[in-house]
Amino acid sequence: MKLELRGITKRFGALVANDHIDLTVEAGEIHALLGENGAGKSTLMNVLYGLYQADGGEILLDDEVQHFAGPGDAMKAGIGMVHQHFMLIPVFTVAENVMLGHESTKAGGVLDLATARTKVREISDRFGFDVDPDALVEELPVGVQQRVEIIKALSRDARVLVFDEPTAVLTPQETDELMSIMRQLKESGTSIVFITHKLREVREVADRITVIRLGKVVGEASPTATNEELATLMVGRAVDLTVDKAPAKAGKPALVVQNLTVLDPLGNIVVDDVSFSVAEGEILAIAGVQGNGQTELTEALLGLQPRVLGEVSLDGKAIRGHSVRKILDVGVGFIPEDRTEDGLVGEFTIAENLMLDRADGAPFVRFGNIQRGALEDFAREKVAEFDVRTQGIDEPVRRLSGGNQQKVVLARELSRDLRLFVAAQPTRGVDVGSIEFIHKRIVATRDAGTPVIVVSTELDEVTALADNIMVMYRGRIVGIVPGDTPRSVLGLMMAGASGGSENPTAPTGEGAAA
Amino acid sequence: MSTVAPVSRPTEPHQPPPGPAVGLIRNWKTPVALGVFSILAFVLLVVFGREGVSTMRLSTASDVIQLPDVHLPTRETGIVITILLFAITAVSFWLVVQRRKTPIWLISIFAVLALVGFLVWAAADATIPVPGLLFGSLSLAVPLIFGALGGVISERVGVVNVAIEGQLLAGAFTSALVASITGQPLLGLLAAMVAGMLVSFVLAAFSIKYFVDQVIVGVVLNVLVTGLTGFLFSQLLAPNAATLNAPPRFERIDIPILSEIPILGPVLFRQTLIVYLMYIAIAAVYIGIFHTRWGLRLRAVGEHPQAADTVGINVNSTRFWNVSLAGAIAGLGGAYFTLGSVGAFGKEMTAGAGFIALAAVIFGRWDPIRATLAALLFGFASNLQNVLSIIGSPVPSEFMLMLPYLVTIFAVAGLVGQSRGPAASGKPYIKS
Repeated sequence: MKLELRGITKRFGALVANDHIDLTVEAGEIHALLGENGAGKSTLMNVLYGLYQADGGEILLDDEVQHFAGPGDAMKAGIGMVHQHFMLIPVFTVAENVMLGHESTKAGGVLDLATARTKVREISDRFGFDVDPDALVEELPVGVQQRVEIIKALSRDARVLVFDEPTAVLTPQETDELMSIMRQLKESGTSIVFITHKLREVREVADRITVIRLGKVVGEASPTATNEELATLMVGRAVDLTVDKAPAKAGKPALVVQNLTVLDPLGNIVVDDVSFSVAEGEILAIAGVQGNGQTELTEALLGLQPRVLGEVSLDGKAIRGHSVRKILDVGVGFIPEDRTEDGLVGEFTIAENLMLDRADGAPFVRFGNIQRGALEDFAREKVAEFDVRTQGIDEPVRRLSGGNQQKVVLARELSRDLRLFVAAQPTRGVDVGSIEFIHKRIVATRDAGTPVIVVSTELDEVTALADNIMVMYRGRIVGIVPGDTPRSVLGLMMAGASGGSENPTAPTGEGAAA
Repeated sequence: MSTVAPVSRPTEPHQPPPGPAVGLIRNWKTPVALGVFSILAFVLLVVFGREGVSTMRLSTASDVIQLPDVHLPTRETGIVITILLFAITAVSFWLVVQRRKTPIWLISIFAVLALVGFLVWAAADATIPVPGLLFGSLSLAVPLIFGALGGVISERVGVVNVAIEGQLLAGAFTSALVASITGQPLLGLLAAMVAGMLVSFVLAAFSIKYFVDQVIVGVVLNVLVTGLTGFLFSQLLAPNAATLNAPPRFERIDIPILSEIPILGPVLFRQTLIVYLMYIAIAAVYIGIFHTRWGLRLRAVGEHPQAADTVGINVNSTRFWNVSLAGAIAGLGGAYFTLGSVGAFGKEMTAGAGFIALAAVIFGRWDPIRATLAALLFGFASNLQNVLSIIGSPVPSEFMLMLPYLVTIFAVAGLVGQSRGPAASGKPYIKS
């Protein structure tokens, strides 16, 4: 089916998220929609899917104008969507999720699960998905959950399939499998819109590329374009995709973790007996697909996890079981992976957020009173130093862009004397310009002799920053390998295969933008 | 057609994540709790043991099959039960040492034994009418069960229903008034459903349409209904009690054969229409929620409203109508107060039943059957107090009055553990 968007405009208050966007996707074509976070890609697709009503423009399917009042209409017209955050009910089975919204019933309104199961099996077999219709969705790996989303769309005879950032949660191997699924779908005549900000994937699978920046189409590109060309188009200026860093001058081990085990509230092991150390002046990157224990590991280091066994010592002093306050006082800096949830208070000003961790004494608090003058001087200095783009230090942090919010967190954490710096997903949801800046500061912190841990699910970021890479899978360490280990090896390790056995042959990092 | 073989996947795709780390951190809560109760039993049943013979009457006079009374020597029974309780405690300790969990059936046996021990102790030289005890328990549980069913539906669809109390009270008042005027208890029943639904409309409108905090709306509604019915009662019903507050009550209907089952027959099948409706409601809600399209959509909306929205389900209207339905069901429970048991409306006659029903929802883990069982437990605790004060037990009645609430607190706080409610319950769905 041919999809055409003409002059789609969508405003949120004063913000124009989509500004007269034109897009044509031919039948049986994989059309990539490339743009930075916040460029308006997802908004556009939500308009297409009927979740948002456009303020202007029209949607055409096979040259017929469509009016979608809601997702139900869009689905009836043949549009399917694989959402970035899966739209699956975790406590339902695969079959229940697939049938939801267009259930077939037997007498008396009783659900006809048998039909749904058959449907799941049929589609699953057609594409070699290997999905059990009776499995609970929450117990499935994310890669399989994504296939459930695809099955869900196909079970409604979707002929235009939108993939919204589908690879964000996948291992490199799962990503490769997804690519071949997309090609297979294309061969069977499905049109595909592939939304992403990852250049490598676009060039691999797309037939055509449309680049969006700040809500506008800024150009089309062919898959033969280089990474630099695409990145320049996407960001609007030339981008340096590599991180300059000198070889590490690693000192003595500073953070030593031995036999660390973390349990979740239900008593499940989420971090399983891990041991490693980080030396002064070294960046250890923890790689792995989201949800393999990285979050809990970093939280355990910070004292944020209640059920922890094993030993953690920093500069020879045991810190496990200490309160967060004590651990911060020892000199641990922390960028949490979800800055809006754990890193900042959205309604507080930039200045207030900058002193969040030092609210109990000098220099910002004296005799229980906040020292406005000292705080404002400090805030102005940090805003300048960390290049936070803002109207002023009294602006609420929630009004900043993701990149600038992250710079505020970074500024706060790096403004103390650190003995250890832990950065979890430091560039998630951050624009390319800010990524460059954040990466430089992380490397500078390392060069000052501080041990650094970077947790990232983005292989590009891992290979760009790491001196050593530790790969986690299902709570265990698969292996700790040098920073120049090829992506293919890392990819296998992220899927659980232990590293080191293969000969490094491919050159390091393909240098795509994170 | 080519298939996408999961070539590079080194492990089975469906292998579950690392299982529960049983015993890595030993959990001593269960054996310690059992130990404390065993010691309490020892103090009560043995140290302060009473002499005499306790009698349990198992049949009522009208039964076809008459079971003989059971006579138990009070002190000796107490000693035997105490020994058994300590034995179970020891087993529980041993299981934890072995890094295993104490099975739930063992805890259940412990609870039943402790209860029997207490009853025998309280009934020294007296007689406990077991069918009467159970019958009264069910009677007290009926409004709780209706309220809990309403709560389950409402919470499953994503709206916390603190207003059960208000729905019960509105149902009680309206059914008394309408049945008195029309002389038709059935019309009273219908009116109760409408009244409960009206209360729900307010809850639904404010929480779904205007995103007001659901707990606050619920609490305010309870206060509003209490005030409104209280006002109307004293101004309208009390002066005209004979015409406006004398509803005809439902007659008891004995179900042939079933009502002759020993012990349980008279309890379950010599009841009024409302109770039989309740049996149907429990089954209907259970089957409806877990086996029909209605239930699938309802649960989807309560778990992940956005996902439901993306498959074309109208989240807010699903919520609105199901919260209304929940109100109608809770209203039926209110009608039982006036048309089923008391026979007239009294000011604040629900006396917190709505909140106990809310506790039953949570204790029952948002499952209609489990919530029913929880409501029965609370009903039993309430009626135990009635029966014991009638037979003249040595326990102060003030203490016994606390019992149902103590059971509620312990049940909800201690035994629920890590139960997980509907993920989106209490959160308004705001489309961005």
